[in-house]
Amino acid sequence: MTFTELVLLFISSIFVHNILLSRFLGCCPFMGVSSKLKTAQGMGAAVVFVIVLASLMTWLTYNYLLVPLHLEYLYTLSFILVIAALVQFVELALKKLNPVLYKSLGIFLPLITTNCAVLGVAVLNMNEGYGLAAALVNALGSSLGFLLAISLMAGIRERIEDNEGIPVSLQGLPMALITAGLMSIAFMGFTGIIK
Amino acid sequence: MSRSKFGIITNGILAENPTFVQCIGLCPTLAVTTSVANGLGMGIAATFVLIASNAVISLLRKMVPDEVRIPIFIVVIAGFVTVIEFLMKGFAPELNKSLGIFIPLIVVNCIILARAEAFASKNGVLESALDGVGMGLGFTLALMFLGSVREIFGGGTWFGMPVVSFEPAMLIVLAPGGFIILGCCMGAFRAIQARAKGLGATPAEAKTSGCGCCAMAKFCGKNETEKAECEEAKA
Repeated sequence: MTFTELVLLFISSIFVHNILLSRFLGCCPFMGVSSKLKTAQGMGAAVVFVIVLASLMTWLTYNYLLVPLHLEYLYTLSFILVIAALVQFVELALKKLNPVLYKSLGIFLPLITTNCAVLGVAVLNMNEGYGLAAALVNALGSSLGFLLAISLMAGIRERIEDNEGIPVSLQGLPMALITAGLMSIAFMGFTGIIK
Repeated sequence: MSRSKFGIITNGILAENPTFVQCIGLCPTLAVTTSVANGLGMGIAATFVLIASNAVISLLRKMVPDEVRIPIFIVVIAGFVTVIEFLMKGFAPELNKSLGIFIPLIVVNCIILARAEAFASKNGVLESALDGVGMGLGFTLALMFLGSVREIFGGGTWFGMPVVSFEPAMLIVLAPGGFIILGCCMGAFRAIQARAKGLGATPAEAKTSGCGCCAMAKFCGKNETEKAECEEAKA
C-alpha cells in the first residue's frame, strides 16, 4: 500500500466505516459505559490501547504461526486466546509500571477481552488481507473512531439524562439507542469524502 | 433451583429475554437484522453454540478452578463457534457470506458468556442445556422480529417475498435504522411489560433492565451497590 492509500484508510476507518456507528462492533460498552463523559473517555482510551496492541499480536500470530502451519481455521480460537492473554499481561504491566494510568484504565481492561470491537478489528484485518502497516493503521483509525463516537455519545447522554419529557418506557437504553441512530445518520454524511 | 424444566425455557423467551430485557448481545442484533432470514440464521447459530457450550460448561463446572474459569469458558465457546462456522460454510455458504464477520464474533457475544457464568456454572447439565434452548429461542425470536420489521418497512419484502404496496424507507435497512428500530422496540416491550403487571413503568422498573443487572456487570466494572440496587428493584 502506498502512503496515500494508508492515509485514506485511516480517515475512512475513523469516519466513513466508524466501528460503532456503521460496523456495529463494540456496541455493549457503547451503551453500557457511555452515561458519564469521564468514564466514556477512559473506556475509549483503553480500547485504543488494546485494539492497536491486539491487532499487532493477532497479525503476527496469523501470518507467522497459523499460515505456516496451515491452521488458518483455528483463527477464532487463537485470536481470542491471544487477546485474553494480552489483556491480562497489559493489566499486570500497567499495575507495576504506571499505577496512575492503571487507576484510570484498569477497571475497563477485563471487560475489553469480550469486547467484540477488538476481535472484530483483528478478523477484519485478516479478511481484508492487510499487511502489517495497513493493519496497524486500520486498528488505530478504528479505535480512534470508537473513542470519538463514545465521547460524543456520552456528551449527549449527560445532557438528556434528566430530561423529564422522555416517556418513562423510553428512558435510559432505548433513548440512547435512538440517539445513536441519529448520530449514525450524521456519520453517513461522511460517506462521500472517500470514494 | 426449583424451577420446572418448562419454566427454564420460557424464562429465556419472556422474563429474561436477552435482547429486550437483559439488553446484551447488541452488536449482532443490530448488524444482522437487515433481513429476517439473516436474523433467523444468526439466531440458529447462536442457539447451537449456547446449548452446546452451556452443556459442556455445566459438565466441567466442578473441575474448573474458580480463578481461570473465564478463559476456560471462552475456549469452550470458541471451539463450538469454529464448528458452526465450518457447518455454515459447508451447508449455507450464502448465509455465511451475509453474516460475515459476525459468525466468528459469536465468541464474544456476551449472551453466551453471561449464561455460562450466571447459569451453566451453577446448574446441572439438563437444566443448562434447557436454559440454552430458552435463551437461544428468545434471542432468535427477537432477531426475527427486528429482522421482519426492518425488512418489511425498509425493503418491502418478508423472507424475500414482496409484501407491501408502499414505498419502503431504505434508511431502516441501513445502519441508523438498526439503532432506531431497536430503541423503539425495546421501549414498546417495556411499556407492554409494565402494563401487563398492572402498573405504569416506574423508574425502578426501568432499572431492572439496566446494565447493573446484567450477569456480566462485574466485568464492566459495575460495582456492588449498583448490583444491589438492581436486586432491590427486581424484588
